[in-house]
Amino acid sequence: MTHRSFFWFILPTLSAMLLFIALPIVSVAIQSLFIEHEQVLIVTESCTPFGCEETTTVDTEASAALSKEQPLGRFNGLGTYTNRSHLAFGEIGEIWNNSSNVGEFFGELLDLPFYWALAFTLTYTFVVTPFVLVLGLAIAVGVNNLPKIFKGPTIFVSLLPMIVTPLVGALTIFWMVDVDGVIGATLQNIFNDPSLSMKASTPLVWAMLIVYGIWSSLPFSFIVFYAGLQTVPKDTIEAAQIDGASKWQRMVHVVVPHLMPLVVFISLIQLMDNFRVFEPIISFQAEAHATSLSWIIFNDLIAAGNPLYGSAGATSVLTIIGVAILLMPVLIRTWRDFNRKAH
Amino acid sequence: MAIKAEKRITPFKVISVGFVILWLVIAAFPFLWTAWGSFKVQGDFFSKADWTNAITGALTIAETGSAFTANGYEGAWIQEEFWRSVINTCIVVFFTVTISLTFGTLGGYALARSGYKYAFWILMAALVFRAMPHITLVSGYLLPFFEWNIWGILPTTIIVLVAINQPFTLWMLHSFFLNIPKDMDESAMVDGCTRFQAFRYVIIPVMWPGVITTGLFSFLLAYNDFTVTRMLLSQENETIIPKIASFLGSTQVQGNVMFAVAAVVSATVPLLFLVMFFQRQIVSGLTAGAVKG
Repeated sequence: MTHRSFFWFILPTLSAMLLFIALPIVSVAIQSLFIEHEQVLIVTESCTPFGCEETTTVDTEASAALSKEQPLGRFNGLGTYTNRSHLAFGEIGEIWNNSSNVGEFFGELLDLPFYWALAFTLTYTFVVTPFVLVLGLAIAVGVNNLPKIFKGPTIFVSLLPMIVTPLVGALTIFWMVDVDGVIGATLQNIFNDPSLSMKASTPLVWAMLIVYGIWSSLPFSFIVFYAGLQTVPKDTIEAAQIDGASKWQRMVHVVVPHLMPLVVFISLIQLMDNFRVFEPIISFQAEAHATSLSWIIFNDLIAAGNPLYGSAGATSVLTIIGVAILLMPVLIRTWRDFNRKAH
Repeated sequence: MAIKAEKRITPFKVISVGFVILWLVIAAFPFLWTAWGSFKVQGDFFSKADWTNAITGALTIAETGSAFTANGYEGAWIQEEFWRSVINTCIVVFFTVTISLTFGTLGGYALARSGYKYAFWILMAALVFRAMPHITLVSGYLLPFFEWNIWGILPTTIIVLVAINQPFTLWMLHSFFLNIPKDMDESAMVDGCTRFQAFRYVIIPVMWPGVITTGLFSFLLAYNDFTVTRMLLSQENETIIPKIASFLGSTQVQGNVMFAVAAVVSATVPLLFLVMFFQRQIVSGLTAGAVKG
């Protein structure tokens, strides 16, 4: 294809991506260097026979005019990055000096909002992903063993948790584990503890979110593994069988190595998707016990009256850096493959 | 002999089939439970004392005289004007899918037919863009959109969703067009067609299976989106997913959780039909990227 016709064919999609994906990343980076204007204050002195008193009022008109003139706010450099809500270098130094052991240090570190959100996001990502891989493969093998007529309906039902809107799917689960819901009430009966609530303790909330994450991502890995199982060469399996390999051995030594590229593919997609975990926290109303990076950006943006663009921008940039670190191994590998092909 | 061995029931098989049955229950139960419960009153849906109430509807009979009630649906659709959001969703989804497929087929075709290095780099950039959390992009849009006065309206949201959709669409259609033999359009060009005419008369007639599969995923992205629609649409232009989220705040106060339950079931039904009719395409779409590596 000539450069000219390539250009015209790719123009619409490329301009859409540049305008609404690449440019916002730049815009976020710029925003993060600015901070909201301070309110314009008027100090008035009112004197009474008993003395003079100074009162301070906010000049709303002047404040509005100022933010209209410079909508970005005032320049703050990297100040937002280092403040308490983000990387909090000052606070970390203080905690480091004051804490007597490592456990205490981490305990206090997690009180800082950014590190708390980062801790949940990473835990969620790195717990959900392996579970999804292993359980997905197990279901795929099971479905593969089913008689043919059951396969279609099984796949239909299996797809539901993934296809359904994340916010909606999480809500259906949330209502069931509610203290008055079917699972919540049953758990109270089993443990004979009327105060047991999945929403009240941090470990339970984390567990609930992670279980939801596995539930909603399993269908994806199941379908991919199931399709992969159809391509396992029959000859190799039979050869292994003749050599006396048990079903389990055939699984571990023939099938799993054959599916290895799919494991890489699923992990990549899962890492990307789980790192942006957001909707379940809204549905489960879990923000008191678990926040994610996406959630703290959202929270800054919906701050009533004046959205904290600077703060949201700084967290966004840090999140993007996190995504880049996650993707680095894949990008390096692709780059190497590409160079090998080119030479 | 091999066939005989396949038929034999082994412990391995029993465990794996049992596991599948367990999974099916876990996958389907929340939806069945919620759908059934949406026709009950709140006291039955959240029946702390006795969970069988939620099935038999004891309080529903006591309150309304019948075991099933459509009060939740009436409240959501009529009182809370859920239908408005449904119309908005239809508009957003229709245009998002149409525009992203138009952009995506052109771009995907170009990437599949170009042997130059930059095609590879565009695909790599698309992969990185695919990984961007949507909320980080949204925090970049808000301020400019407010400044230009285009915040809150449907066209802005549609074009943003189209853009967010492009990386995935490009990858899918790129790998699909690679499977259409090059000879087809090239022979048309030998016969005197321009590149665009070859695309129009040779490729377009055979591309529909791939386009439908990709379209399903564009549909799901637009329909399921919460982040973009919640942040970029004003209240009167809300689509159904942010509407459901706003129900949670307002209705729980008034004790009308059942409105939200009814809305949730209403939002799930179209997806159910989608999977029913397009199961094969969805499965093939999920695996298309994987098999290519």
